Amino acid sequence: MAFKHLIGLQDVSKEDIEEILDLAVSFKDVILRPIKKVPSLKGKTVVNMFFEPSTRTRTSFELAAKRLSADAVNLAISTSSVVKGETLLDTVKTIEAMQIDIVIIRHSVSGVPLYLSQRIKSSVINAGDGMHEHPTQALLDMFTIREKKGKISGLKVAIVGDILHSRVARSNIWGLTKLGAKVRVVGPSTLIPKDIEKLGVDVYTDVEKGIKDVDVINILRIQLERQKKNLFPTIREYAMLFGINTEKLKLAKPDCLVLHPGPMNRGIEISPNVADGEQSVIEEQVTNGVAVRMAVLYLIGGGKKDEENTD
Amino acid sequence: MKKILIKNGIVVDPANNIEEKLDILISDEKIEKVSKNINDKDAKIIDVSGKVVMPGFIDMHVHFREPGFEYKETIESGSRAAVKGGFTTVCCMPNTIPPIDNQAMVEFINLKSKQVGLIDVLPIGTITKERKGEELAPIGELFKAGAVAISDDGNCVLNSEIVRRALEYCKMFNIPIIEHCEDKNLSGEGVMNEGYYSTLLGLKGIPKAAEETIVARDILIAGEVASKLHIAHISTQGSIEILAWAKKQGVNVTAEVTPHHFTLDESMLTGYDTNYKMNPPLRTKDDIKAIKKALKNDIIDVIATDHAPHAELDKDVEFNNAAFGIIGLETAFPLIITELVMQNVLTLSQAISKITINPAKILNLKKGTLSVGSDADITVADINKEIEITEEFFGSRSSNSPFIGKKMKGAIEVVIKKGKIIYEDK
Repeated sequence: MAFKHLIGLQDVSKEDIEEILDLAVSFKDVILRPIKKVPSLKGKTVVNMFFEPSTRTRTSFELAAKRLSADAVNLAISTSSVVKGETLLDTVKTIEAMQIDIVIIRHSVSGVPLYLSQRIKSSVINAGDGMHEHPTQALLDMFTIREKKGKISGLKVAIVGDILHSRVARSNIWGLTKLGAKVRVVGPSTLIPKDIEKLGVDVYTDVEKGIKDVDVINILRIQLERQKKNLFPTIREYAMLFGINTEKLKLAKPDCLVLHPGPMNRGIEISPNVADGEQSVIEEQVTNGVAVRMAVLYLIGGGKKDEENTD
Repeated sequence: MKKILIKNGIVVDPANNIEEKLDILISDEKIEKVSKNINDKDAKIIDVSGKVVMPGFIDMHVHFREPGFEYKETIESGSRAAVKGGFTTVCCMPNTIPPIDNQAMVEFINLKSKQVGLIDVLPIGTITKERKGEELAPIGELFKAGAVAISDDGNCVLNSEIVRRALEYCKMFNIPIIEHCEDKNLSGEGVMNEGYYSTLLGLKGIPKAAEETIVARDILIAGEVASKLHIAHISTQGSIEILAWAKKQGVNVTAEVTPHHFTLDESMLTGYDTNYKMNPPLRTKDDIKAIKKALKNDIIDVIATDHAPHAELDKDVEFNNAAFGIIGLETAFPLIITELVMQNVLTLSQAISKITINPAKILNLKKGTLSVGSDADITVADINKEIEITEEFFGSRSSNSPFIGKKMKGAIEVVIKKGKIIYEDK
């Protein structure tokens, strides 16, 4: 398989998702070694362009690129100083002038990675665009689930929280349903986007029903400022109705995994006991994130498989 | 005396119920005679065999951006776009900077229009001062200076009391209030229709109720005070149902739809192309069906373009930051022919009524007909000729159109304004 861009899992086939996940398994071996580097992307230049604050995803991509021996740079972009209307075209010109091979972009507006991919010669990887997609997050979530459960097909997965504004939810829905999971979205009715069931998911507004007997719960971060827009009345009420605590977690299967893309609001969408409990795989998600992003960069960067084990 | 004889065309004049092969004799600025086989030795003859001869089109909803946004459009470039589209009269919305909310501004538009001298650009005044929705604009002053209607287009008048007073006050002048129906509290930061596609694309949605609640509110107020209301760019099935109910009740309400709202739907936004971003947003295929039915049943009276020119710097940006709207003057007639007439939604005559006599009646204009004695505003078109929309095709200063690259039927061949040939397709 050869990718040019990764904009969203909507456009990636089941087979291609599986190939990424398989490849990530071997890269996980790499990053657990004492010498965590392979020369696959030597001479390639990867740029992180984050128009939105992020430490975890940006660092994860940076590490992934460096472990593949690519030259990885971060382009700090102060969105506040950029005049409205000039940003994107300037970005396009900058990228074109720098002879970059792969651009990793995060932007607060949906559609920006697609826009860039249509106008530059470099490959584009979407590191999260608005409320649209965050494909590598979903891939690492699926990698984690598959690693722990041995499969994805047939599993019941509940995504809990602010589905409306969540790119993580959308990418997970595309990926998980393609791989045969039964996906539920659970959240307050004000935060469930219209016609989401047409994406092949079941909708629950009662969290207790929503997580009953599920194999996986993926808890989304709730943006506290949504409360000011009357999307839910109080933080307390949100925590009471939708926060996952040990009590509620008992409704799921005993071996149910708990995922969270981070950063967490402990005590709001997830209780500290659950976040740090036995069923939580939240820290492993971070480790797996690097492996999955290495796989994506490798496939997009046209890395050579043979070189993988040469030191 | 300067005479022009238009020979052998199919004359379509809905105001007089005419759709047959006739000749038209123009004498100076006026139509002198409409009948079979006219001969006149002194007249310049234009043979239009096989072509359709119609009253010059009227677009009651355009944005010519002058003053304030001349980089997008001017009265001159907008007039050229209108002529290319077969329009000899347009009404320009007052959301300029400064807005058309006083006599001087109305006179400025009239002066500019005369200086350009191509078509009639008729000003629409604001409903409220500075379009802020707070205090009534001097509507009488605007009317006396020549405003043909009032509208805060781009903004909805959110205060119902002001809507009531404006409607009542306008009765003295018998001009309509043209409402941009959008409850801003409901539409919020929305950039497209709320539904499956906004969910898919992760774009903020504009619910249909944002339009429908205001359509209903204004209709109820207009009915109660017995005044004249015109709904701009209607876009949803729900609005149409409310409108149909109101007409049945005898409320003095009319409505327009844009060509893009009967042609394009929300599914076309999947590439995040900002040329599909408009307000009201493109709706669903079901809404298009309802719009077509309402056009056929004359629930929707008028087709108006909402010609909204924007430069590249307004459109070639992040989807959320892109301006709403597309240009429409040059593509309106081909879309009417291709989407409505060719698909048997409307007869040619009915379609033409919606861009001639119907808007003329709503605005009390002595236009939109080929009756003897009328101004010789005439548009000749070849409805079977295919055209391809290209960037060069546009007379407008802007080319923000989702129709670039599309082929459609309906070519404007000749446009005559007050007896003067202002456009001839070579």
